[in-house]
Parts: sequence; C-alpha cells; structure tokens
Amino acid sequence: MKPEETEELPSNLFDRMRKTLAPSGIPTDRRGRIRLVLDSLILHIHPTKVNTRTLRFTYTWGLGGLAALLTVILVSTGVLLEMNYTPSPPDAYLDIINLNTNVWFGSLVRNLHHWSGNLLIVASVLHLLRVFFTGGHRPPREMNWMIGVALLLLVLGANFTGYLLPWDQLAYWAITVGTSILSYVPLIGDWLNRLLLGGPEVGAATLLNFYALHISIIPVSVVMLMSYHFWRIRKDGGLTIPKKPGEELPDKMESATTIPYLVRPELMFAIAWLAIIFFWAMLVPAPLEGIANPLISPNPAKAPWYFMGLQELLLHFHPFFGAILIPGLAVTALFLLPFYDVELKSVGVYFRSRRSRYLTILSAGFSLLLTPIWVLLDEYAIHWTEWLPSWPTWISNGLIPFFILFLGIYVLAGWITKLSRATVEEHVLVIFVYLFTALVILTVIGIFFRGPGMELFWPWMMPTH
Amino acid sequence: MSETENKKEISRNNFIKIGWGALAGMVALEIGGVTLAYMQPRLGDGEFGGIIEAGEVDTFPPGSVTQITSGRFYLSRLLDGGFLALYQRCTHLGCSVPWDQVQEKFICPCHNSVFTTEGDVINPPAPRALDLFPVLIEDGIIKIDTSNPITRQNYDPSQVVYA
Repeated sequence: MKPEETEELPSNLFDRMRKTLAPSGIPTDRRGRIRLVLDSLILHIHPTKVNTRTLRFTYTWGLGGLAALLTVILVSTGVLLEMNYTPSPPDAYLDIINLNTNVWFGSLVRNLHHWSGNLLIVASVLHLLRVFFTGGHRPPREMNWMIGVALLLLVLGANFTGYLLPWDQLAYWAITVGTSILSYVPLIGDWLNRLLLGGPEVGAATLLNFYALHISIIPVSVVMLMSYHFWRIRKDGGLTIPKKPGEELPDKMESATTIPYLVRPELMFAIAWLAIIFFWAMLVPAPLEGIANPLISPNPAKAPWYFMGLQELLLHFHPFFGAILIPGLAVTALFLLPFYDVELKSVGVYFRSRRSRYLTILSAGFSLLLTPIWVLLDEYAIHWTEWLPSWPTWISNGLIPFFILFLGIYVLAGWITKLSRATVEEHVLVIFVYLFTALVILTVIGIFFRGPGMELFWPWMMPTH
Repeated sequence: MSETENKKEISRNNFIKIGWGALAGMVALEIGGVTLAYMQPRLGDGEFGGIIEAGEVDTFPPGSVTQITSGRFYLSRLLDGGFLALYQRCTHLGCSVPWDQVQEKFICPCHNSVFTTEGDVINPPAPRALDLFPVLIEDGIIKIDTSNPITRQNYDPSQVVYA
C-alpha cells in the first residue's frame, strides 16, 4: 500500500462509512454542488440549477411538496398498521380497539395515518388551485395536468377505501351510501356495484376488496403516477415562472444551484410540517364509533366529509344527475381544461391579470350568495315531484332543475364576462371559480348544517340524541 | 422489382402487422376477461339469502309491520289481511329503513325518503318503492325467499299474498 493512499482514509470507522455514502461531503462550490445533484439518485429528480423566481415560497406555497411528504408518511404508517390488522369482520374492528388500547403508540400511528390521509386531500386540491390560477396547466404542461387530476382521483379513492377498514358504524354506512351511488350508472350500474362490494350488501367480501385496493392497487398506482408527475415537471422545463401582470420575462434570468437554495427550504418545510402533523395526531384522535351493524343506519348517515358536497347534490337531484352526470361532467371538464384554456401570455401571473383578480372575487361572491339561496329554495319552496306527480322523477327532479341551473350559470358567467369585456380564458376562470366555490359551500352545508333526517339546522342548534 | 411485387410486399407486411395487432388484442381481452370473471362476487354461505320462516299467519295482526332481522326485511300485514315482505334496504342509497310506529311510515335516516306500509314512496329522493321478497304460505306458516329481491316501480295490489 502506498503511503499517500492510507493518508486519504479517515481515521475512524464512522467517518469511513460516511465517506462511502457521500464521497466528498457536501461541496461548497457551484461546480461541486451541481455535480452532487447529478450524481445522486434521489436529488436528481431536481435539476441542477433552478430559476430564482420559482423559489419564491408565496408562488407555490410548497403544496406539491407537502403532498409528496404526506404520501411518504402515509406509506410508512400504513405499513405499520398492516401488521396489526385483519381484513375480516368482526376482527377488523377488534384490531382497531386493540391498536388504540394495547399496542405501543398504536393510536399515534393510526392518528398520523388518518390525519395525513385527510390532509392529503386538502393539499392536493389546493395544489390544483395554485396550478390553475397561475396557468400551470397550459401548453406544454397539458399531460402533467391530466396526471395530476388522475392522482387527485386516486387520492380520493385511497381515502374512500381506507374509510371502510375500521369496520365501525361510520365506515359501514358511509361506504353503503357511497357505493350505492354506483348503481345509478346506466345499464351496468348494478353489476358494477356488486362487483365492487363482492355481493349484494357491504360485507366480508367488500372489506377484503377494499383492503386489496387500499394497500396495494391504489398505492402502487399513486407511486407510479407520482414518479411520472415529477419527471414531467423537468421535461416541461420546470415550474412556471412567476411574473407581474403584463410583465415580459427577460431572456436571461438568474438561476441558483439546487443545493442549497432549493433543497434547504424543502427540508425545513418538511420538518415544520412533520412537527405540525405529529402534534395534531397526538392531540386529536381519529374517530371510531361502535362496531358495524347492518340492521341500524345511524341518523344522520353521512358520507366521508370530502364527499359531503356530492351527498348534498344528491338531496337536490335524482341520483343519476346528482351522483353521475354532474360530477362526471365536472371531472371530464377538469381533464380537458388544458385544451380549451390555452393562452400563454399570462402563464405565471396569479389569476391571469389585474382585471380577472376582480372577476375571481366577483364570481366567488356570486356563488357564495346564490348557492345557499338555491339550497334553501330547493329545501323549502321547490317541490318538483309534487308539482309534476305524473312525470318520472328523473325528469321532474333531474332534467328540469339541472337544465335551469346549467342555463343560470351560463347566463351569469356570460353576463359577467360581457360586462367586463373579458377574454375566453377569463370566462373559463369565472366558471371554474363559480363551480369550485359552489362545491366548497355544498360541502360545508353537508358537514355542518345537516342534522338528523338530513334536515337543515344551525350548527350551534344541532339536536343531539 | 416490379410495381405489382412491391405492392404485394407492402400488403404482406400489413397482413403481419394486423395479425400481430389482432393477437395482442386477443391477449388483452383474455386477461381482462379472466380478471373480471375472477372478481365476480362469491356467493354467500347461507348467512343471508335463504328461505326464512317468519311464523304462523295468526301471530301477525292485520295492519302490523314486523321486522324480521335475520332476513333483513319487514313483514307487513295490510288491513285486508294480505302479506308483503319488504326488503329493509332503501332504494335510494342502501340505508336500512326503520319503521316509525307512531307515524306508521318507513322513514329513512339518510336522505329522508318516506315509504308507506306497502313500501310506496311518499317522499323522494327514493326513486322507487321498497323491494319485495316472495312470500309463500304453507299450512299457515309464512315463509320468505330472501335470495333475490324483486324490484318494482310502485305498489300494486297484485303483489300482495293472501293466506
């Protein structure tokens, strides 16, 4: 052995092991930092340098990163939960009781999983809004937008299938109501419903089906699509670059090395959120009611909170319209959004332009006013099925109110757009904001204002029994 | 190479392409078919779906509704003495509909659908009357076949079974 080689080896074992992981430590020079990102398996999902403008936190709010962090938490805690769970009634329920009372940190792991799953829905929706409002769905990013929408649907699917697993009353009836919606799909609805449930009612076969979906099919799809989602960001030239309304981007823009200017804030953000989620999970237990009883539906029987907007629609429409047509049209429109909202000049400008910032507020305001009015009218004043008793309910309680609402929104959005001489893209923005606000309001009404018998109550006067 | 030979060559190429395409399509269909068939519901082993004895005719007074929990249905005896076995599953979204003895109606807790003692819809959103199970009366004993619920739009006197 030559003397100079032995000198290069660190003296103790720990340092030598560290050196095999990161041969030269974290470099401080620009070239070395770029090299490290290129050479690293995990870091190379990032480019070596990023545009300094895109590092502004108030542009992205770190929402995509939060969703990724939550996915990591969900996989880790989910794997732990699997080791204390039997997917068969009534053991499933007893296992959750055991987890809460007998297993070291069992309730903490369950709470972490529960709240991260719920937070993931919020983070994904906010991420979608951020991307939409800054034009991140426009060419060349159409494909990544569609992958994102698919991921959102998978996240909802993961939450919904996970909802059944504790096998309590909450789970049993939310899934009964949720899956019955499927039977209103024309022609194949009943077959589809039976296929998913593995029988005529929610039972042992359903639990096993949902378990398989929840722990393997959906997570594997999520991880595959997520990798594709990340890869496409780089293929599409990184994030959209924030700018002021009407600003032209200069040809040459400042860039910073990924280490440390992107990686450091990412790690800080992840640690801060981990702390928040741990505190929340320690203080707020995940709900668990009595064991599932197929004979008694609780009153009220509510869907999971993220489907309460859908359940609210079901109270006002024939199920085919409330559960299939309206959500189906909305999801289709969301998928196709990047193909009819294509203007490139305002990409990177929050809410497109100064004018459409007002349009956003106006549209949200209209929805905030009109949606509750419509709910109240339909609840107390409009009784289509009584007025048209001889008509089939899918016309009297479906087609007629659907047509009136559709026309109403079309005329309102057209009127706002015409008055303000808005562009096609701003018109799309007005409709999007109106419908999204309506969804939020319906969800809030469903969660907080619906009581026994699904009647309307003030939240502070909700009867308890 | 002559013109015709050239054409022949291309069409042979196409033939092979189409052949491979068709084979790939068949493989996809087979895999899809096997998966779907594999996932068909397994039949339950007698916990629910057999023939259930509700009791003797005389134990049910006319104008009464009795819940038979083992069969998940209500035995409704109408005022004229006829029987209907009503599946307790709401036709709207599948909740269990409880019988309200005071109001003499079925009122669903999930979305407030209301049904008569015959199972007819008084208040939507339920789109059709409660499903029925066939009622058989042999030697004064009422038996209900719960293997297959019968869907119906409305109540009709022909659905009633008399002793």
